[in-house]
Order: sequence, then C-alpha cells, then structure tokens
Amino acid sequence: MKHVLCIVALLIMVAAAPAFAQDDPFAGLASENFDDVSSAVAALALSGNKQADATITALRDDALYVGANGAAYIHAGDAWIDARTGEKAADVNEDDLNPVRVNNAVRRAVEAALGSLNLFSATPEARARAAEEVFTSRNPAALPALTHALAQEKDARVRRVMAQARAAVQLAGSDASERDRLAAVAVIAARGDLEARNLLASLSNEPPAVRAAVHAALGTIDRSQEAWEVAQDIFYGLSLGSVLLLAAAGLAITFGVMGVINMAHGEMVMLGAYTTFVVQGTMGRIAPGYSGWSLPVAVPLAFVVAGAIGIAIERCLIRFLYGRPLETLLATWGLSLVLQQAVRSIFGAANRQVATPAWMSGATQWGGLTITWNRLVIILFAALVMAALMAALRYTPLGLRMRAVTQNRRMAAAMGIRAPWIDALTFGLGSGVAGMAGVALSQIDNVSPNLGQGYIIDSFMVVVFGGVGNLWGTVVSAMTLGIINKFLEPFAGAVLGKILVLVLLIMFIQRKPRGLFPLKGRAAEA
Amino acid sequence: MAHFSTLSRRACLTSTVAAATLGLIPAAWSSARAQGAAAGPIKIGVLHSLSGTMAISETTLKDVMLMLIEDQNKKGGVLGRKLEAVVVDPASNWPLFAEKARQLITVDKVAAVFGCWTSVSRKSVLPVFEELNSILYYPVQYEGEESSRNVFYTGAAPNQQAIPAVDYLMTEEKVQRWVLAGTDYVYPRTTNKILEAYLRSKGVASADIMINYTPFGQSDWQNIVAQIKQFGSAGKKTAVVSTINGDANVPFYKELGNQGIKATDIPVVAFSVGEEELAGVDTKPLVGHLAAWNYFESVNTPANKTFINEWHAFTKNPKRTTNDPMEAHYIGFNMWVKAVQKAGTTQPDKVIDAMIGVTVPNLTGGYAAMMPNHHITKPVLIGEIRADGQFNVVWQTPGTVVANEWSPYLEGSRDLIADWRSPLSCGNFNVVSGKCGGASK
Repeated sequence: MKHVLCIVALLIMVAAAPAFAQDDPFAGLASENFDDVSSAVAALALSGNKQADATITALRDDALYVGANGAAYIHAGDAWIDARTGEKAADVNEDDLNPVRVNNAVRRAVEAALGSLNLFSATPEARARAAEEVFTSRNPAALPALTHALAQEKDARVRRVMAQARAAVQLAGSDASERDRLAAVAVIAARGDLEARNLLASLSNEPPAVRAAVHAALGTIDRSQEAWEVAQDIFYGLSLGSVLLLAAAGLAITFGVMGVINMAHGEMVMLGAYTTFVVQGTMGRIAPGYSGWSLPVAVPLAFVVAGAIGIAIERCLIRFLYGRPLETLLATWGLSLVLQQAVRSIFGAANRQVATPAWMSGATQWGGLTITWNRLVIILFAALVMAALMAALRYTPLGLRMRAVTQNRRMAAAMGIRAPWIDALTFGLGSGVAGMAGVALSQIDNVSPNLGQGYIIDSFMVVVFGGVGNLWGTVVSAMTLGIINKFLEPFAGAVLGKILVLVLLIMFIQRKPRGLFPLKGRAAEA
Repeated sequence: MAHFSTLSRRACLTSTVAAATLGLIPAAWSSARAQGAAAGPIKIGVLHSLSGTMAISETTLKDVMLMLIEDQNKKGGVLGRKLEAVVVDPASNWPLFAEKARQLITVDKVAAVFGCWTSVSRKSVLPVFEELNSILYYPVQYEGEESSRNVFYTGAAPNQQAIPAVDYLMTEEKVQRWVLAGTDYVYPRTTNKILEAYLRSKGVASADIMINYTPFGQSDWQNIVAQIKQFGSAGKKTAVVSTINGDANVPFYKELGNQGIKATDIPVVAFSVGEEELAGVDTKPLVGHLAAWNYFESVNTPANKTFINEWHAFTKNPKRTTNDPMEAHYIGFNMWVKAVQKAGTTQPDKVIDAMIGVTVPNLTGGYAAMMPNHHITKPVLIGEIRADGQFNVVWQTPGTVVANEWSPYLEGSRDLIADWRSPLSCGNFNVVSGKCGGASK
C-alpha cells in the first residue's frame, strides 16, 4: 500500500516538473559547483527514481561519492554500492572517488528533498519530521505530494504539522488566492513559535487583508513569546542557580559550618571533573556498550576521590591552622596552585573532552519553553545532592556529631566525641560534595586545570550571601543570584550583568553583613 | 581575590622596573655586540606561552618553530651558520612577555623573535622591540590599526579575514541580519567596530545588527543563544559572526547544538576557531558552521602535504593537526631566512629593509609577499566544519589580498597608511595632512 501511494505521489511530482525528468539526475552530483549539486538533488527527488531516497540519504550522511565519468557510489560499511542501481559495485578504485561537495545550500536542498520524499514514510515520527522539513524549506515542489499526504493522514499530530507545512508552502508561492493565504496565515499563527514568527515576518507584497492578518498574528505571537520568555529566564536562572549551588554546597560545609577559608575548594571541583574524564576513558575501554552510564558511575567515585584528598588536606595542613584565617587562606591558595600544576603535569595543559551521553543532549519543547536536557539533569542532580547532604547532617550519627562539634567543640569533646577526627570527616564531606559538583560541571564547562578557579569566587559569594552556616540559606541565595543574573543579562549583557550582581551583593552585605539567613543563638555569637 | 591581584600587580611592577633598569645598560651595547658575535650559531627567540590559559594554542607554535629551525639546519643553516632556538615561557602573563622579550634580545642576543598570540601580549612587547631595535614576527590574525617598523605581521588583518567572510555570507547565504558576538577584549571590539561600520556602509540597518560581548571563559550561554534564536526570527536570514576566543567556544557550540540551531538555519562564522580548537569537541552538531582563515589543514596542495607529513614526523604524532597561525610562522620564518640571505647579515636594520618585497610560497598553492606596510599578502578561505573536525573549503578569493593595516571603515584610521620604505618610512602616514604620526601606535 505504502509503495503504491509513494509512486502515486512521485508521479504527481514528476508531472509538476517535467523538465527535470528527462536528464540523468545523477550527473549533476559530480559537479564542483554547489548550485549544480543543489539542483541535481532537487531533480533527483522529483525524478521518481527508486534510488532517490537512498542516494539523498547517503548524501546527508556524507556517504555519497562520485567517480570518473559520472559514476556515483554509496559507501556502506566497507562496501561500495552503485547509487544508480542499488547493487553492489565490484572493482571500485577508491583513489578515483571524491565525496560529493556539500555546503549549507546543498544541505538545505537535501533536507527539502528528504522532506518531500519521506511524507509517506511508515512511521508517524518520520512523516512529522518530513513535514517539518517541508515547513522550513517551503519547497513549492512538495505541494502536490503534501496535499495528497494530508488527505490520507490519520495521525492528528502529523496532520497538524502537515497542514502547517502546506500553509508555509502556499504563502511562499504567489499562486494561492487571497482566501487561501488568509487561511494559511491563521494556520501558521496558531503554531505560535519562533519559526512561525520568522515565516510570517518574512512575508512581503501581500494584499492588505492578508497584511493586516499577518500584523495581528505577529502581535499575538510576540505577546505570548514575551510571557514565555519570563518563564524561560526563570528556567535559565534556576539552571545557573543549580550550578552555583553545586559549586557552593561543599563550601557551605567547609567554610559555612567549619569556618575554614578554603581557597582550594575549586580544585576539588576540578578533581571531580577529571575523575569523570578518567571514568569515561576507562569505561570506554572495558565496557564500551555502557558509555551512557559513565556519569552515574563517576558520581560516587568523584565523591570518594575528592573526599579522600580533602581528608588528607585537613590532616596534613589545615588542622595546624585552625583559628588563623589569614594563614589558612594563604596555605590553601598555595595548595590550589599545587593541585592545578599536578593535574597539568599528569593530564597535560590542554582541555580534556568529556562526552555528553545521548540522554543529556538536545532539548525538549514544553509550550514556548526550550528545556535542554543537560540543564534539567543538573537541576535535578543539584536538588538530589542538597537533599542527601541535609539528610546526612540531620539524620545520621556522623551528622549529629558534626553539628555538635561545630556548635560547641569543647562540650562535644567532653561528651566523648573525637573532635579532630570529626573535623577531618566534615572537611572530607565538603570536599566530596565539591567532587560530585565536578561531575556535573564537566558537562557544561571545559575540563581544564583552571576549571575550579572560575567557580571559587562565585562559591564564596553564594555562601556569604546566603548566611554562613546555613544550608537553606545557600540554596535560596544560589537560586536568587542565578535568577537575578539571568534577568539582568538580556538587558545589561553578560559582562555588565555580572558587575551589577556584584554591586547589588556588596550593597546587601553592607546592610546585612551576616547574609540572608544569619544563624541565631549563642553558637553564632561565639 | 582583591588581595591577590594587588599583590601580584605590585610584584609585577617591581620586577618590570628592575628589568627595565637592568635592560638599559646592555641596550646601549647590544648593537655593537651583535656584530661582534659573528661566529657560533644564529639564535632565534621563541616567545610563546607554554603554560596558563593560552598554552593550548601557543605550545603548537613553539613546536612548529623548533621544526622549522631543525629543517633549516638540515639544509645547512643560514649564511653558513647553524640556527639555535631560544625558547622562553611568558606563561600567558602579559607583562612577563615584555620581560622575556627583553631577556631574549639583550641577554640571549637573538637575531629575531617569533612569538605572541593575543593582541594584548603584542602590545606589551612592542615598546621593547622598538627600544632595542629588534625584530618580531607575529603570526596571528588580529584587529589591525597598527604598523611598527620592528614587527612583521604574518597573520591576517581584518580585510584578509573578517570582511571577506561577511561578504561571503551576504552573497552566498543572503544574510540580512547580523549577530556580532565576541569575547570582551581589544581584538573582538575593534573587529566588530570595523564590521559594524562595513555593514552600515552596505546599507544594513542598525536594527538588523546585534552586538554581544561575553567575558573570557564564559560557560553559561543559555540566554545568549536563546536571544540569537529570537533575533533570527524576524523573517530575514540571520548569521552569527563570532570573535569568541579560547575555550569559551566549546560550551557555546554545545549550547547551539542543544537548542537545535543548525548551520542551515543560522550559520555561525568564526574567526578564532581552527582545527586545534575543534580537536576534542564533538563536531557532529556543528557541521556546516563556518570559519574564515587563510589556511586549512584540508587544503589539498603538494606543499601542504609535505608540511603535514613533516609535522607528524617531527611531533611523532600522526594525529596532530595543523592550523593557520602555524602556516603564518612557516611563511614568516622562510621570509626571514630569505631576507637574511639577501642582506648578508642578521643585523636588524639591514634585515628589516631587506624584508620588504620578499616573496615565499605559502601552503595553499600561492605566494606570500611582504608588503611595505609589514603585512603579507594572503588568500582568504571560507571553510565549513566537517564531521571529522576538519574544514571543507567552500569558497576562496581568486587571488591574494593585500592587508589594510589601517581600516578604511573607521574614523581616524581612514586616512592613514603605513610604508616602511625610505624616504617615507612611517607606520601611520596621514595622506590628507601629509604628516607622519610619529612613533607607531
């Protein structure tokens, strides 16, 4: 059934463009001129040749080669397939073959051609995608096939896209009557997204009635886009906030709870990111099929690695410096340089690539919101880390001891808690959380020895703004700073936006030196 | 952090002052001594950051200089003497560039220096080279608006990269709306100023130009990319002209891919993204985005094949990529060799005079000539990113382009020319007033 329809549609298209059908459509592919290649692709799509789909798909995937005297081959695995016949070609001399020359114009022609060819595909997704491609390409040659496809389409969602595509093609051409054009504008306006806006805004030389309809439609789209934009900015703000929160969560423990000014905190984040890199490389070697799992595996490992190094730092360095903030600051800053150089010596100065698993790539559309998967995953991960951290402090015996030691060290020691050991574990916990943050940051930033430096200032900012020693304060402050930043950015630009945030922060700290949620009670006064 | 920046600034200041006073005395002798040391190898300074943020890009240039010098030595050196590289590490620290340059010239007595990447590092060493009268070969594309007697610019000026790229987009992609996105420092700001003036002169309305600057190392591109998407929905073909520098490009391109901006919809043309920067990036979502350079590794010429093979053999790594600034050093070094042979000495004044008019083959099948403005002629190539991280050349200028070191599109620089031949011998001669602006700027 599908084949019959396909042939019917192709016959219609052939009838629409008889001029192309005579020539050999494959010949133009070998041209050095991009315009010739583009028109060859369009002609091939209209030719009704049964190899058209396979050939154009191969061109899209960079697998189409041309040889001497116009021979065209598809490279499939190790085999060469003659593009004209679809049969395996023997004795192909690879040195004589060149890939078909492609540029963006050719790519657009390929998308348009595949759009019209796949309108009768078996799966609704492929049909919808094909209609979407017709919508962007506005290829007038696809109109007969589109009308035919629309008439027999059952899936409501695909029908909608096809109707939009048909409207787009009608508006692009000049044949449609004023009534048809008005109807088309209404269909496009109902779509309401940026592509629809782009299409409507590109119309010119319309009759007055259509022009008025376009103008009204643009106004409606702009108004709804503005409303969505606020929501979008909030999402961006939450996403930036969650990154800040992840970076600052560890510091909220080491600086907030313990009072250690740890300038090497950023390097713990960096170590977490490098742990991810190592885990990914190792898993790529020993379990290539499970590369999508490298991030979940890296999270606990990063916690352990950064935590262990944190404990070592506390035992070897920081414990001798309690109560001497300036020395701590200088010592940890020196330590941060040592760690950076160590990583540079081991892994090299160049950035390391950490691959993004497929489930974290791309975006989903939710109304007018574009939600990128990697950002969404990071928001959820930040929430999870904070919840786990608070639960650990609140409900575990270790958490109880930590709170006891930080609130009243001597009393806790008198009750039999080994305060120095708790100090080391607390510092290890904070460092470990920073390591986990590194796993997340490896997905959105460059994994380089300098990774941590970029986050240390922001982390201190978040902790101080939120109120030292208060985890909820850290959460609120990270989100507030993130959202303020993202709302300022469109107006002030990225550079000025950051400056404004800092100025606002300084003014706030002037008025409330203890941050948003200062600790109250005797422990705070001490 | 405020503490540290004041600390390090003061440290820098004292060391620079110390270096300056130390440098004064040998400076007086240097020219006399340079002639005296006729025997022994000719020394060549290599001034590239081997650590810090710029190490990623500059280390490669140090390696290519070592390769070129080794090659020349195999051919018997220059003037019957061997060449010897003196490598120093200015560590991506701009004041340190000046110190190291002074050390190379006064202590090591190098005949010429090949180095610098960022414009700010070049500005930092410029007074040193002019004061001590030595020679610098600068291999990176830059914003122009400068011509010094002591510097040979082997990278592209804006009209050898940015303007042809914009022309390509205008004619081939029919672009009508422009986003000029850059990192916030001197090169992108000047380039964008020139481009804006150029676009306005072509009749582009200011509402169709969006300019955006971001700090070095920007990693959160979410709403900037969304803004670009929105800017591109006004019914006119839109393109992004990117002067974004360094590793901020990686998250930028990632975000473009995630938000589904394809090259067929909104192409991005970059001036600072080459093969080296794309190594280690998943380029599949970036296919079709563009870059404008004067050289691509994928250029298919015999000279380029030989160069790439030599590079792989020298680095013992068959995967090391080559890039545009490497070609600039290749051209600059060969020009220096030719000029020294022509002058019969390595004495800076004689070499500087001999340089003008020297012509050597480039790697793209043509020739590069040193012009009187101390810039070279270059072909301009537009490449599209391929899935394997290389570039596919889709357009190139029919011949080579002569550099406009002073942009004709900027107020104040329009009337200036540089011509270092006597009797003019001036880096900023004003053709309207007929006066030389004096010391180079």
